[in-house]
Amino acid sequence: MKPGSNFRELTPMPDTALVDVRFGTQALRLPLGENLAAALLVAGVMPFRRTPVSGAPRGPFCMMGACFDCLVKIDGVTRQACMLTVAEGLEIEMPAAKGDLDG
Amino acid sequence: MGDADLIVIGAGPAGMSAARRAADCGLSVLILDEQPAPGGQIYRDVDRASALRGDLLGKDFTGGQKLTQRLNHESITHLKGAVVWQIEDQACVSYTQAGQGAVATAKRILLATGALERPMPMPGWTLPGVMTAGAAQILLKQSGIACERAVLVGSGPLLYLIASQMLRAGVPPLALVETQTRQDFARSLRHLGGALRGWPYLLKGLKMLWELRRGQIHRYVGATNIAIEGDQAARAVTFSSGGKTRRIASDNVLLHHGVVPNTQMARSVDIPHHWDNLQSCFVPECDNWGRTAVPAVFIAGDGAGIGGAKAAALAGEIAALAIAHDLDKLTQASRDAAAQPLRAGLHKERAARPFIDTAYPAYPGALSPQDSTIICRCEEVTAGDIRRMAALGCLGPNQTKAFGRAGMGPCQGRYCGLSVTRILSDANGTAPDITGHYRIRPPIKPVTLGEIAGMKNHVTSEEKND
Amino acid sequence: MTSDYAIIGGGIVGLSLAWGLLKRGLRVTVLDGDDGSFRASRGNFGLVWVQGKGLNAPGYASWSQRSAAAWSGFAAELTDATGYELGLEQRGGYDLHFSEESLEATVAKYEGLKAKLGGDYPYEVLGHNALRREEPAIGPKVAGAILHHQDGHANPLKLLRALADDVRRLGGVILNGKQVTDVRKSDLFCITCADSTQVRAQKIVLSAGLGAMALGPKLGFKAPIRPQRGQVLITEKLPKLINRPSLVARQVDEGGIQIGATNEEVGLDDGVTFSGLSGLAAEAIAAFPVLAKAQLVRSWGALRILSPDGLPIYQQSTEMPGAYLVTCHSGITLAAAHARFLPQWLEAADGAPDLEMFSEARF
Repeated sequence: MKPGSNFRELTPMPDTALVDVRFGTQALRLPLGENLAAALLVAGVMPFRRTPVSGAPRGPFCMMGACFDCLVKIDGVTRQACMLTVAEGLEIEMPAAKGDLDG
Repeated sequence: MGDADLIVIGAGPAGMSAARRAADCGLSVLILDEQPAPGGQIYRDVDRASALRGDLLGKDFTGGQKLTQRLNHESITHLKGAVVWQIEDQACVSYTQAGQGAVATAKRILLATGALERPMPMPGWTLPGVMTAGAAQILLKQSGIACERAVLVGSGPLLYLIASQMLRAGVPPLALVETQTRQDFARSLRHLGGALRGWPYLLKGLKMLWELRRGQIHRYVGATNIAIEGDQAARAVTFSSGGKTRRIASDNVLLHHGVVPNTQMARSVDIPHHWDNLQSCFVPECDNWGRTAVPAVFIAGDGAGIGGAKAAALAGEIAALAIAHDLDKLTQASRDAAAQPLRAGLHKERAARPFIDTAYPAYPGALSPQDSTIICRCEEVTAGDIRRMAALGCLGPNQTKAFGRAGMGPCQGRYCGLSVTRILSDANGTAPDITGHYRIRPPIKPVTLGEIAGMKNHVTSEEKND
Repeated sequence: MTSDYAIIGGGIVGLSLAWGLLKRGLRVTVLDGDDGSFRASRGNFGLVWVQGKGLNAPGYASWSQRSAAAWSGFAAELTDATGYELGLEQRGGYDLHFSEESLEATVAKYEGLKAKLGGDYPYEVLGHNALRREEPAIGPKVAGAILHHQDGHANPLKLLRALADDVRRLGGVILNGKQVTDVRKSDLFCITCADSTQVRAQKIVLSAGLGAMALGPKLGFKAPIRPQRGQVLITEKLPKLINRPSLVARQVDEGGIQIGATNEEVGLDDGVTFSGLSGLAAEAIAAFPVLAKAQLVRSWGALRILSPDGLPIYQQSTEMPGAYLVTCHSGITLAAAHARFLPQWLEAADGAPDLEMFSEARF
């Protein structure tokens, strides 16, 4: 468990490679092949985004691809973090929030 | 012609067992599933997770490997990470896999898309740190990740299962805030006779409750006025129980009050649905083979009505038999003979449902939320907004959608549909069947314009006009 | 209950008219359908549009211009009354062209119309580079555009809600979930619904969209209208990408990019097809390549209500005087005219517009 995270990895696997991933300006080392939303939770990332409607903070809610609250932006495309896996060199951003739309 | 005789959408228990039975009958089967590994949500990532933490997750979970192993058949092709976003002309399925759009066709389609958590709108339920209990369990199964100092809120056996798994993992929840009442339990007793036929479930339930007691997990029952406090994230749960107002500080609040069929795909091809009073949700109409009003489309598993994993596996096999018979791979007599033991098993599996559904009903506070509570998480539309739109003449959810955007966001109404129908029914004094549900249109899940346009055989649009 | 007017059809056409009649102090009852009715009012593209309309019918072009000019005052009044912003922007709109030839051919047609309108047709032709200065996201395949300064767009759903709200506020009665089965006339018109509701009125207006196909002949109208499907796509909410609307795409006030629309003769089928989706997606990307990465969140099919020549029909029944047919396929553009000027015509008031060219006599 990282500082700021409410999630604990029960059985860290020593043979899993850690790879460099960025979330905004934050540099992270995440386990390769792990579910992206899960890995970000353990790394203490929260919120994942702010809504385009009110700017309210959001994070993973259903973890099964149904609620679209864990949306992140990778290579310019909005994706569900819970439907992705950790890959080397991911550059993750928050999708457009309320303030970004007003400009 | 076509890419397969049968396309199965979803690789949970219903989809996996249907695929194998169909393959055994001589059909070629294409499975399209969103996840990177078979199992569905109930057996999520079961092959990897069983080896790593099988003890923690229990035999009901690791047993799912029997189903994943059955996919190993030369006539079964399993496309992983394939997100279906349109079904057209009955058996033409558009999907995206690894950023590439594609179309697959078959003679029959089996929808095996399972269940969703019943939406549980309450103050604060959109805050970071609030998840469905199912989400917490997925984290545990798939990733071996546990929520620290969580509070579980709601009702139903899944709450006890997760609590006992968390306890075994050494990360016990702070408390269970349960919404069912003693009256609910009393009402459920008249279904006890049926439930006794499903006695293994009752036994498991009792065992879990005993585990929680031994682990000294505090249980509050009959909770009402539940709210989650917090500004940027969840900080506490407040509620009334036993005549007292209580507050439990926690950053992880896990909600659950039952699951409901995921009907998005069935709705998208205009299969009729009706309201199920006992389970308090819409279910698609299909016969006892899973056959729907759309001739090429069958449904099996929780997506056709909640029955659990074992029932889903049996229903999947039954549907596969009917499809094999449709496609002349099985005589009617052999279809019926093969279905008979499956039906007997199904009957037994379903025996405990009325007891469970009555003992653990949906939380009334979430079915009829206060005006300020957000109903549509995507567009941030409140219960009060829906009620005001009812006063403006909105009779159904497609009108409130147009008037106020509820259901227009990326989740396509998955987490607000039932709430909106319920609120409109209450406001207009109409039955849910009359109020109706969102009309579900493609894309069933969002897809990029580039993925659509990059597919073969697209036709350019005709001349335009406004 | 007895009203001055009963309006059959509570979409934007019927409600705009109801609102205008109420503003004149008349008593109005509106009969509206149910959740599953075909509703062009919730499926349309949301343009307040002048260019390209009435190329062979200058009277229609000027009727559209008159409505577009009245829109801002109409919107302001509705917003003041209800608090709903209608997302109206009238800073011009484009007809995008992918070839010089089609651009030149269209300009030639516009010149012809402009002459007939006495020069009141303010448009300019933008070549690719000029267009790119206005719309940095435009793609290399776009040869140019016609920028028409009388064009714009609005949020049609907010207009619908504002009208539904303000018509009630002004004392109008809206009956929802009604299916009109019979209309008779003695001293008064008597409308009967499937649930046996009866409404009596001095005059009635049939503005039921495609519902007029069946009801029109009962009231003595030809009602020669047909459905034409338009499929429309909308993306996730995005930062500002498109400044002005076009027939290909517009960015709505909530941030999504709306892409449209097909023109398909498929009867009463309002479904969405794969070919519709992919064709529209490809064209939108050709116009604005960055849209390739945008997530499509929703799509829908809606049915236009088209007369044989595409123009509106405004007609009083000769069999049942006092019954009027009002139908068009540009309910958003014409909403202001229907609210401001059509009531004058119905009341035969001074200064009423001459709508003879829109009578059924032309069919």
